[in-house]
Amino acid sequence: MPQYSEKVMDHFMNPRNVGEIPDADGVGSVGNPVCGDLMTFYVKVDDNRLEDVKFKTFGCGAAIAVSSMVSEMAKGKTLEEAKKITNADVAAELEGLPQNKMHCSNLGADALHKAIEDYEAKAKEG
Amino acid sequence: MRDVYLDHGATTPPRPEVVEAMLPYFKEQFGNPLSLHRYGDGPRQAVEEAREKVARLIGARSNEVYFTASGSESNNLAVKGIALMNRQRGKHIVVSAVEHLSVINAAQTMEKLGFEVTLVRVDKYGTVDPVDVEKALRDDTTLVSVMHANSEVGTIQPVAEIAKMVKGRSKAYVHTDAVATVGRIPVDVNELGVDLLSLAGNQFYGPKGAAALYIKRATRIMPLIDGGIQESGRRAGTEDVPAIVGLGVAAEMAAEDLVERSAHVLPLRDRLIEHLTTDIDHVFLTGHPTQRLPGHVSVVVEFIEGEAMLLLLNMQGVAASSGSTCTSRALKASHVLTAIGVEPALANGSLLLTLGLGNSMEDVEYFREVFPPIVDRLRQMSPLYKGA
Repeated sequence: MPQYSEKVMDHFMNPRNVGEIPDADGVGSVGNPVCGDLMTFYVKVDDNRLEDVKFKTFGCGAAIAVSSMVSEMAKGKTLEEAKKITNADVAAELEGLPQNKMHCSNLGADALHKAIEDYEAKAKEG
Repeated sequence: MRDVYLDHGATTPPRPEVVEAMLPYFKEQFGNPLSLHRYGDGPRQAVEEAREKVARLIGARSNEVYFTASGSESNNLAVKGIALMNRQRGKHIVVSAVEHLSVINAAQTMEKLGFEVTLVRVDKYGTVDPVDVEKALRDDTTLVSVMHANSEVGTIQPVAEIAKMVKGRSKAYVHTDAVATVGRIPVDVNELGVDLLSLAGNQFYGPKGAAALYIKRATRIMPLIDGGIQESGRRAGTEDVPAIVGLGVAAEMAAEDLVERSAHVLPLRDRLIEHLTTDIDHVFLTGHPTQRLPGHVSVVVEFIEGEAMLLLLNMQGVAASSGSTCTSRALKASHVLTAIGVEPALANGSLLLTLGLGNSMEDVEYFREVFPPIVDRLRQMSPLYKGA
């Protein structure tokens, strides 16, 4: 499959952080199986840092690779740092994505941010 | 690891005899068939011999066979050529909802030029009902196009019945895209009763770049490619002699062993369908269970996505295809799966396996070994899969 970089293939074949966190502090879902991509991110927050990040993804090679890369980039970061992760950052870390797969990188960053927002909303409620 | 090619619907490996026959026309017999000098003789004769062989395969006369470069070109020539040439008598075109995009998009282009197009619905198996075609007919219908078999879901259409009905009550021409059937199952233009029929060499162990359109004598059609007098003025351009020669040999070989071809792939197909629908949960066959191409397996695998399946299969040596949105360069969901009513999320789990002469039961057993772990792996990752 020529259009995927080695890094993308690595993250697709050996995705990091696949799974669910049953007692997650925040959960965020983006995308929709009708379009062909659905990503759900789970986060555990400790002392303003993402102590743990897990994901489940329905989607193509790029979608799975992006989810894996986002989880790796986000784990251990502060919430502020994690919120700053953009799809361009993700694509760059993956050493490029084919043009028609760039939307997958949007989804990954968005799902992570949604999970963080979910945590913050819950934290506000106390 | 085993090298298993299950994408014969995309293209087939040219037979050694086909390749051998083509070579001289790249070498000493390189001449242009239209040349009057001796370099033209061999190529000219070879092209006409190939024409004869293709005609024999489909029950046509030689002078009813016109060479093109692809099935898509044949389809475009049929749709646009008929519509434009006969526009005075009518500007309505009827096509099925599951036609190849080269038919549907050609019809849509005609819409932009002032024609009207009616898309005939299909049932859940993708079958066109002649009654629905009849309902679509109008006084100004100039062309009806229904494929002989669908390459995405394998369903074989009742073309003879449809053609008979159309010819019986209208002046419309009838075209069938037989790219998926010629060279695989018996195809006879007289039995089908059509005016036009498309076929492509790369589907039956011939080379790419050589295809044909059967145009029944006395049919009025406008060429797509104007210019010289090749193909009796209906398709200008110096002929791709090697490809045409290859197509001829492929057609000749197909005529000889047509029955064996389907006998070879049928048990492999049925074993694969059985495996996919019974060994793995939530996998569903698409297309007609029995009125389907003998080597065609199309399923939807719930909870996971097509491209991811293909990538993992590729890593295991298995070459397959899919109709999922992500596998389409245009990022559009398969119009065929949509037309047969497959729910969009499920359609994204499409897997398409097409068998050929080079496949064996060992290939099928290998697939049975490597595929379930792939499904498990992707389902474990999927937020949609709640099973154990």
